[in-house]
Amino acid sequence: MAIREDPLNLVISGVGGQGNILLSRLIGQSLMNKGYFVAIGETLGVAQRGGAVMSNVRISAKMPFGPLIPEGKAHVILSLEPLETLRMLIRYGNPKVITITNFHPLFPVSVLSGKDRYPNYEALRQAITELSALVWFLDATDMGLKLGMPIVANVIMLGALIASSQLPLTRKDLEDEMRDTFPSERIELNLKAFEIGFKALRSQN
Amino acid sequence: MPSLAQGSPGSPQLFMGNKAIARGALEAGVQFAAGYPGTPSSEVVESLAQVAKETGIYVEWSTNEKVATEAAAAVSFSGLRALAAMKTAGLNVALDFLVHLNYSGLGKNGAGLVVVVCDDPEGHSSGDEADSRWVASSEGIPLLEPGSPQEAKEITKWAFELSEEFNGFFLIRSSTRLSLSTSLVTLGKLPHVEKKAHFDTSQCISPYLARLHHISVLERLAKVQETFERSSFNWYQGPENPELIIICSGVGSSYAVEAVESLNLGKSVGVLKLGTLWPIPKGLVAKHLAKTSRVLIVEEVDPFLETFVKKTAFESAKVSKSLKIYGKDSGHLPKVGELKPDTVLKALATLFQMEYLAREADYEQRANDAAAKLLIDRGVTLCPGCPHRASFWSIKKALQKDGRDGFLTGDIGCYTLDVFPAGDKLTKALHAMGSGVGLATGFGHLDRFGSEQPVIAVCGDSTFYHAAIPALLNAIHNKSNMVMVLLDNRTTAMTGFQSHPGTAFDAMENAAPTIDAAKFCRSLGCKVVVTDPFDIKGTTDTLLQLMKEDGVKVLIMQRKCELVRMREERRYPYKVWVDVEKCRGEKCGFCTKSFRCPGLLWDIETGKAQINEAVCCGCGVCVDICPFGAIVREEAA
Repeated sequence: MAIREDPLNLVISGVGGQGNILLSRLIGQSLMNKGYFVAIGETLGVAQRGGAVMSNVRISAKMPFGPLIPEGKAHVILSLEPLETLRMLIRYGNPKVITITNFHPLFPVSVLSGKDRYPNYEALRQAITELSALVWFLDATDMGLKLGMPIVANVIMLGALIASSQLPLTRKDLEDEMRDTFPSERIELNLKAFEIGFKALRSQN
Repeated sequence: MPSLAQGSPGSPQLFMGNKAIARGALEAGVQFAAGYPGTPSSEVVESLAQVAKETGIYVEWSTNEKVATEAAAAVSFSGLRALAAMKTAGLNVALDFLVHLNYSGLGKNGAGLVVVVCDDPEGHSSGDEADSRWVASSEGIPLLEPGSPQEAKEITKWAFELSEEFNGFFLIRSSTRLSLSTSLVTLGKLPHVEKKAHFDTSQCISPYLARLHHISVLERLAKVQETFERSSFNWYQGPENPELIIICSGVGSSYAVEAVESLNLGKSVGVLKLGTLWPIPKGLVAKHLAKTSRVLIVEEVDPFLETFVKKTAFESAKVSKSLKIYGKDSGHLPKVGELKPDTVLKALATLFQMEYLAREADYEQRANDAAAKLLIDRGVTLCPGCPHRASFWSIKKALQKDGRDGFLTGDIGCYTLDVFPAGDKLTKALHAMGSGVGLATGFGHLDRFGSEQPVIAVCGDSTFYHAAIPALLNAIHNKSNMVMVLLDNRTTAMTGFQSHPGTAFDAMENAAPTIDAAKFCRSLGCKVVVTDPFDIKGTTDTLLQLMKEDGVKVLIMQRKCELVRMREERRYPYKVWVDVEKCRGEKCGFCTKSFRCPGLLWDIETGKAQINEAVCCGCGVCVDICPFGAIVREEAA
């Protein structure tokens, strides 16, 4: 499988605690196994405490790139929260960018305290659609709640990303990687979550 | 995934910069590593701790960075390679020892000693964005700066060899973006090390007589420079006679290479990347300066290289006096914040009178419109179930009830978030590790100058052992009036749950003696009370009482970090829900507006509070916050 741009720039965004670092690790490791140069830049530190977090994943077949994506240069945005999709589009978006969003809003603390209003859902959905060349929305958190584990929303979104065929990775590549990564008692649940996300996106096509 | 000590030589691994440094140390045969956790440096020591049992090396979290470097130095004095790692703030703590160690050298039997310091440009997780390279130049300490995880591994290995060759410790400077970014690293061999340690007692390793040692420091630097002139960590790529040379270091080197490629300037622009930063390889720099008429310096954070490249240009007869040097002083690159690929792209484009557009103007406009209309900030906040949220609630209530305009002095840890936009902002002064207690010792004397304001210092458990103890002793001995609130969550939470002297295990996960903070403080002769912060009323009343008493009082608010508890117990204590009949809705909003736990929601349609099931961890504290008993908890099945 070839990549459509070199470097291919993937942004993974969400809210601290949603587990986007796990996703960048799984994706990075799978790409390395396939012989790609991979660099991952991450928001770490204080922002992990409920702030906006993101990973930059840069994939190249020809040379190692630095860990940060220049503004306006993302090819794919995978986001665990819709306000964060918008934040990433504003920073990294361009007319060709593709977005996949877990449309399950998490309110910033400023919304809870009444200082800010969370954007109207329909307006938010529309803005994301207008700033993307291709969009997918799904509610992975709700799917995770149905599994009894809302925390696996990240792996559900990973399934969706792989189903979108935007990365040079197959379903099997990620399944193998997950078997290597998770402790044995958590493998089945995560494989199931992955499959749910994979099928959810495919069913929208 | 294989451990840090596994993987066959020649095979690639995905490592973050800090892990690559740790692997480099293993490949150099390191036997002892110590540090104090601090973002962005923690993973250096942590990665080594994880393989300590497997490899037989010794790794510790020391009480602070000064102790860590002292311990590591002792091992180096005795013939075994040692490493200490810390963030920039920690280097300041260790500096008193390190300055003198640089004078004394490593003794007759000295083995390689490497000190790693990770700067935090942008202050992502720090109260400063200081550039450690100045310490190297002001104190005469040799310093290396890698540009990628692969190079971080190789440069660390080399630093151990250099340290032995020159009988002094070497400093490696990393920064957030290198330390915490991940890319491919090719593994080298792990050596077999004979571990016979011996300290030669025919010597005394000391910086006295200072003047003579200062001479050796300068002589050592001159010799190190000769070695640096030939180092393969300094490389040049580009045309023989470039129109412009980018001189760069650290992550700036990957941005420089990318900028040249993106702007298609490979035929006109060369890149000179330096990995040996102090002393500057002036000969090498001068040789390249002589080949061009323009230079752009790309580095994080201060114009350090820029300063010394200018000095080199001034001193070299070969360099044209009309040479133009651009960078931070010229305003082409910023003097604050983290270096970004965009800023380098723009600076280079400007120098070639090219236009660099990140994206089409129309899209830019639409993105800006959406931002103005819809985007709001997402402030950082304490986790759902965090004991600190309850502690700060009680402190706030006690301060209000006391009514004498009392205030908090803060410290470094998760509870630092109090001063962030989403915090309660009870903290009125906040600086460095242990400084909350230090400041309070001074505030606590103001009664003699007419002030009636009570002062409360908060500090975390790890912070207490690190640097608050001397301040507490000072307060007691000098009869200050203050309450020290020890927010004891049984771990070093902010940096990733490392052990400290109050935990029952050490960095290698062996059982360890626990220093009981309550017993320790009692032994100093001050009044000590321990409460559970989830007992809101008891904690508030206790604090209110202590604030009225003279002298130094210690209140330990003790409850395990929720993330650690959840990891251990894997269950929620309570099921929590809102009784919509009792909830007063918009008239109250106490829970979401004032307590602000992310596990609470506001249902816009009904105008009532709600529990966010995807986020709530079932701690049940909000039940005690609600003035109308509208939040209900039931023991989880």
